[in-house]
Amino acid sequence: MTHLADPVRASAHRGTDGTSPPGRSRRPSTRTTPRARRLRPLLFCAPFIVLFAGMYLAPIAYAAVSSLFALHRTGLGLTAPTARFDPLSNYTQALQDDAFTSSLVRVALFGVVQVPVMLGIALLLALLFDAKSARGRGFFRLSSFLPYAIPGVSAALVWSFMYSSQSSPINRLLEPLGAAVPFFDEDLALWSVANIVTWSWAGYNAIIIYSALQSIPSEVLEAARMDGASAIRIAWSIKIPAVRGALVLTTVFSIIGSAQLFNEPTVLQPVSGGSISSTFTPIMSAQSAVAAGNHHYAAAQSVLLAVAVGVVSFAFFKLTERKGQA
Amino acid sequence: MSTVSGKRVALRPRRETAPLSRGAVLGLLGLSALYFLFPLWWLVVSASKPFGEQFSGTGLWFDGFGLFDNIARLSSQDGGIFWRWMLNSVLYCGVGALVGTALSALTGYALAKYDFPGRGALFGTILAAVLVPKVLFTLPLYLMFSGVHLIDNPLAVLLPSVVSPFGVYLARVFAAQTVPDEVLESGRLDGAGEFRIFRSIGLRMMLPALVTIFLFQLVEIWNNYLLPSMVLGDDRLQPVTVGLVGWNASHVAVPPPLVVIGSLVSVIPLVIAFLALQRFWRAGMTAGALK
Repeated sequence: MTHLADPVRASAHRGTDGTSPPGRSRRPSTRTTPRARRLRPLLFCAPFIVLFAGMYLAPIAYAAVSSLFALHRTGLGLTAPTARFDPLSNYTQALQDDAFTSSLVRVALFGVVQVPVMLGIALLLALLFDAKSARGRGFFRLSSFLPYAIPGVSAALVWSFMYSSQSSPINRLLEPLGAAVPFFDEDLALWSVANIVTWSWAGYNAIIIYSALQSIPSEVLEAARMDGASAIRIAWSIKIPAVRGALVLTTVFSIIGSAQLFNEPTVLQPVSGGSISSTFTPIMSAQSAVAAGNHHYAAAQSVLLAVAVGVVSFAFFKLTERKGQA
Repeated sequence: MSTVSGKRVALRPRRETAPLSRGAVLGLLGLSALYFLFPLWWLVVSASKPFGEQFSGTGLWFDGFGLFDNIARLSSQDGGIFWRWMLNSVLYCGVGALVGTALSALTGYALAKYDFPGRGALFGTILAAVLVPKVLFTLPLYLMFSGVHLIDNPLAVLLPSVVSPFGVYLARVFAAQTVPDEVLESGRLDGAGEFRIFRSIGLRMMLPALVTIFLFQLVEIWNNYLLPSMVLGDDRLQPVTVGLVGWNASHVAVPPPLVVIGSLVSVIPLVIAFLALQRFWRAGMTAGALK
């Protein structure tokens, strides 16, 4: 990233140095000391740094510390439970909590299936947008990107009507065939959620990949065509390797998105007939711990989830890095 | 692209524009459009039907007209709270995105244009923050805000909303690309102070980029559900997303057709903003892809 931006700066500096008279410093401010001058840019950043510390760093510290305290109830439960320093208690409880561990497994399964499927669709769409023979690309790009403008919660509300047995237009269309899709079946509920996420984000990712496709030099594509490579061969051997960076990026962001899964299942929960529980995803599980009054336990769950996401994202970066060098 | 295709046609006429492959490309694109537009089409059709008819038929074609009556019913439900929610959403998004963009612009500009102690560390931290799921901060934030009695206070939604590491990242990229050092230098030679230079030169040159950052933040705040749903228990303070989900979960208390109509009305402002300002989205996403 730095590399991208810096050539611009570097060349600008060269220009300045070449044209300014010798002896004149780049920042010829008169009154201030050099030290004050060097620190002044921090004033520009100060408001952001203060808020960033308050809204990002403080919650992390707060959650980490809070997770080390466990609630202890007195034998009769007549007095309010007290928090005592007991660093491992919440973590062992979380790892033994079937609802929480199965929510982690569920989200992992979701990520392993939904992320590749969605990005596969996004890549295919991007290649189609880029295809010479496509007509009306503007319309198709727009229609795929439009769901991004719909808030996740609104998208989930609309899809809940697509799924609900009382209103599902999909099942109404299938009715004459005697078929119906049980969207809220125990086995299908997770994939009904996955469909909403895919609908919301496939087009967004397709546009990112499409932007990367635009940066392939036309001479390269031209040369391949002159050599008689087919469109599919060009897509496979030139275009897809060229958008590798965009694919890695969208994959990491999608993994992060899966870990945050909350809005869609929460909206579907009341109409799911029980197949989506209040601990369906780790965030939902942590939130129900808050609702049950156990903040410390919720904090421990959040920390575990954050660590899991960090490990997976980091491993993915490392994995793709090694492949790139090979 | 068009010049390339022109050249190609001249050199090697009709190769992959064979009817079969063109048909396959268009067929697949058509399928994708059907998938993406289908739920929205259903939403528009259903909201336009007479009240109570929302779930009759397949819902894929218009049947009677009751849109205005529906909106009137939506407006009178629970003492017109729907419009209050819309107003709240607009305020949270407008104020949050505006302040957030200003903070991002200042910080991104400083990161791109000055060398100062801790610059690398600050930028590294901001990048790391882009990669951490924002939802993870919500529960601890809720607990912190309970500690300082900020629950049921709009600040509890606004303060976290204005901090956007991704916005700072974009602002830094855009500032490096669009603000030449020579121009800043000549401002300094004219004796302008650094803040004055930022305001009258940097800000102006970054303006199109700032619109992009503003839009991204707007969508993010409008999308946010978990944080407002936790910190705003008073339904007169809630944004429209939280309000509608509450209606949806209430089952009988609020008739489900109102949720359909409310969903349509609530997405219209964003869809309009999105269609009208398409080129700014494109710019931001291209910058994102370059990462």
